[in-house]
This record gives sequence, C-alpha cells and structure tokens, in this order.
Amino acid sequence: MKLITAIIKNFKLDEVRTALSGVGVSGVTVTEVKGFGRQKGHTELYRGAEYSVDFLPKIKLEVAVSDELVETAIEAIEISARTGKIGDGKIFVSPIEHVVRIRTGETGASAL
Amino acid sequence: MSNTIKKLFATSLLTAATLPLTAVAAALEPNKGDTTWMMICTALVMLMTLPGLALFYGGLTRSKNVLSVLVQCMVVFSLIIVLWSIYGYSLAFTEGNAFIGKFDRLFLKELTPESVAATFSKGVVIPELIFMAFQGVFATITCCLIVGAFAERAKFAGILVFMVIWFTFSYLPIAHMVWAWPGPDDIKDAASLEAVTAKAGWLFQKGVLDFAGGTVVHINAAIAGLVGSFVIGKRIGFGKEPMKPHNMVHVMVGASLLWFGWFGFNAGSALEANGTAALAFANTLLATAAAVLGWTFAEWILKGKPSLLGAASGCVAGLVGITPAAGFVGPMGALAIGALAGFACVWGVSGLKRLLGSDDSLDVFGIHGVAGILGAILTGVFAAPSLGGTGIFDYITNAASPEYSIAGQLWIQTQGVLVTLVWSGVVAFIAFKIADMLFGIRVAEDQEREGLDINSHGESAYEN
Repeated sequence: MKLITAIIKNFKLDEVRTALSGVGVSGVTVTEVKGFGRQKGHTELYRGAEYSVDFLPKIKLEVAVSDELVETAIEAIEISARTGKIGDGKIFVSPIEHVVRIRTGETGASAL
Repeated sequence: MSNTIKKLFATSLLTAATLPLTAVAAALEPNKGDTTWMMICTALVMLMTLPGLALFYGGLTRSKNVLSVLVQCMVVFSLIIVLWSIYGYSLAFTEGNAFIGKFDRLFLKELTPESVAATFSKGVVIPELIFMAFQGVFATITCCLIVGAFAERAKFAGILVFMVIWFTFSYLPIAHMVWAWPGPDDIKDAASLEAVTAKAGWLFQKGVLDFAGGTVVHINAAIAGLVGSFVIGKRIGFGKEPMKPHNMVHVMVGASLLWFGWFGFNAGSALEANGTAALAFANTLLATAAAVLGWTFAEWILKGKPSLLGAASGCVAGLVGITPAAGFVGPMGALAIGALAGFACVWGVSGLKRLLGSDDSLDVFGIHGVAGILGAILTGVFAAPSLGGTGIFDYITNAASPEYSIAGQLWIQTQGVLVTLVWSGVVAFIAFKIADMLFGIRVAEDQEREGLDINSHGESAYEN
C-alpha cells in the first residue's frame, strides 16, 4: 500500500478527482495549503505599499492506494493536473504500514 | 458697499448651517417637502458612518482587527450623538462669540416640535429638531473618520477619552466658526447685513466658503488623525511585515455606501429641497465619478494595474474634494475638482505618506486631508461665475453679486484651511496626551500582535 501525496493547482482539483475516480481510486483527502517551490511568490500593491506574497495557495491531495493501483493513480494525477506552466506541483509517494477502517475494523488492503 | 461686506454674502447664502436663533420670525411654518428632505438626508448621512465608513475601514484592516474598527465606529457614533444632545449642539449652533456658542440649548432646552431653524433662503425654515439631528450626524462622522489613522493598535478607552476632548475643543469651535450665523431673514440693507454677520462665527465672517464640511469635517478630522498616528506610534512591524487589507469586498461596499450617503451630506447641506440642493446632488455624482477615473488611470499608468482599492479610494477622494464646493461650483467645475482630487490622493497615500513618515494606517490624512485641502482651495477658483460657479449671493439685492475675485477668495479659503489645521492639530495633540495619561492610548505589544478583536473586545470575526 502506498500513500500518494500530490500538491496541485487549486483549479485543477475537479479534473484530478474525476481522473482518479476513473482509474478506480475510491477515496481522497483534500487540504488547502500554502507553500512555495520554483514558482516563488508574487507582489501585490495596496495604495502606496507593495507586499511580496511568498506563499501561494495550493491544494494537497492524499490518496491511499493498493500497490497495483499506484502507477495508474500517479499517471492519472500527472496528466490531469498538468498545465505545462511553472507551478503545476509535485507528487510524492510513501509506503503505508497499516490501515484500519474504523466502522468495520477491517485492516490492510481491504480497508482502502 | 465695502469689500468686506460683499465677502460676507458668500457665506450668507451658501454655508451648510444656520444659527437657529430667535431671529426667525415666529410666523414662519416649515414646508413639508423641505422637512421630509432633511429627514431623509439626515438618515443618509448616518448611513455614511454606519455601516459605510465602518465597512470601508474594516475591510482595510487585517482580519484580526476588523471588529475593533467596527465597534469603534459604532460606539464613537453613539457617544458623539449623546454629547451632541447634551451640550454639543448648543455650543456649536447658538449665538455666542465668534469662536463658540453658549449654553442656551443645553440638554436641548426649549427645543420643541414647533422650534424652527433658518435656512439660506429668506422666509424658509425647517424644524429645528431635524436641523439639530442633521448637524449631529456630521459631528459623528467627523469623529469616526479619525479612528482610521491609528487603527490596529489604539486602546479603546483611550480613544473614547480622546473623542470627548477633541469633539468638545476642536469640532464644536470649528463648526461654530465656519457655519454659525443667524440666517438671512433679517437682512434688508447694508446695516442689517452687518448686524447679522457680526453674530456669525469667525471664519464665516471672513467669508470662508465651506458648503458641506471640507474644513469642518475632513481637514479637521484628517489632521487630528495624522497627529494621532505620530503620538501613538507605528504599528509593530510597519514597513516590514505585510499589512494588506483583509477584505476588498467590504471596502468596495463601504465606499459605495459612502457615495450614496454623501448625497444627503452634500445636497442636504442646502437645508432645503431646492435648486442649490440639486446642484450639490449633481456635483456629488460627477466629481466622484471623475475622481474614480482619475485615481484608476493614474494607478494604471504609474503602477501597472488598475485596482479595486484604487477605484474605491478615488471614490472617497472625490467625495471629500467636492464637499466644500458642492453648492458653489458648476458641473464642469465639479468634474475638474474630482479628477484633480483623484490624482492628488494617489500621491497622498504614497509620496506624501513616505515624506511624513507616520503610520496613518488607513490613510486618513492622505485622502481626507489632501482632498479636503485641495477641495477647499479649488472652491475659491471654481465658485467664480466666469468658471461656471454660482458666485456670491447678495442678500440685499437678493441676486448673485456680479463681482467675484478668485485671488481674494483663494486667500480666504487658505486662511480657513490653515486655521483648521493648526487648531485641530494642537487640540488633538493635547487630547491624545491626556488620554494617554488617563488610560493609555496603545494596547500592549502581545495584544497588538494577536489582534485587537480578541484582546480588546473578546470576539473574532471569522472562524480559524
């Protein structure tokens, strides 16, 4: 089992969700986050004062998938979140030790 | 007729207030249309502060301080209205000396539904109760304007102490000096004109033109705010940390409500529903639109992007600029004043602000001070009949005087500006010092960092 963590552009969320459903991913956790990467920030001007905004808003997606789904899920996110411009985000993959479905007590891959 | 007497005519017709003294013949009955108009205008002027100005200011603060500004506006508004009824109205608008009135209307003594106040037309009166209320809401917005200059760090109790002192020793005398007079009804010849004018306020006697409060309201408040921003000191992190407005939607709604309410402020200052009110109404529309365009295009050219904050700030700058001129200048004069106010205030909130080096948080001086002074000066120019203005009304011949000296009026206007700047500035400095000694005028550093909403008022505007 793997945890796929993807940082994407806010307006790409719907496309990514649709793509993930299409390849059989049954659940996603979404968080609104801020950060910076190569895109860096931008400047905003309010009357005489100029402020540099260093942290840009992004969406963080967390998807737990079984080993056989990992590659297709990554590919689905990659294709649907891509605009080709700087700031499209990143995908991180890490192993999951243990999963429990709270309602039934199921564990492991069947709990995904 | 002497030049001095001629100057007096100017204010005789066209300043915003009259002195509701016994001079008005008992037989005169208020017209129902005028009475209705003034009630609507009074409510409109109240709308400028609550919620107009409060939202405009509230949106400009950071989200941790928005409620502090809203509660300051609401409580200061109420405090000043109560003081207005107890002694403010009496000191501002009864006959006393050239600087302050007397206590004839203390606790609104002898103010009944039958009492009438003079207007700028002979034989036209309005109920004195609505005149009192109309002038009262002017006092409230003036005081509320000041809080923008020291927003996000001032202590609530200190603000209230400051307001009581400043209202009493700056607003009331300035309002009396500029606006108090017995009305035109007794003017028949040069001698009676002189007698009536001798009972008026000091700046009124000089011939200062201030239709709806460029000096009394805007310059008065702006310099007090600027002094406050110096005395209280800069916000922690000013110039280093981002202090961007937290809600531009509120700013736009607030500025628009100010524009809407300002029709009551400017057109209502005619004190009756007549052609002068219509002129002030049209000018309030035109000057403000020109100022929005002026600021927007200046910003677009100089900084690269036309912003909503620029448009909303231009709106307020135009309203302030046209205020002293509203009933004196023609529509094209209004366009010129508005556009110039829009340009000038772009500098007011950037170049001038850097030059002054103070942290006037919401640019009270940069907008109300700069546009107020510009408007007061330009009133002297565009009131000239040769430039489409109304000129000066002669209450003896009951027609506009054919003579008008732009240079002469400019000097008179400048004196009005200087007197207000010095008087209000000195009173504000003393008032802030007294407030500081009594309760302090600044919150503790950790409270300022965490925000005034939670620390001074025990509530927060938004979740998380």
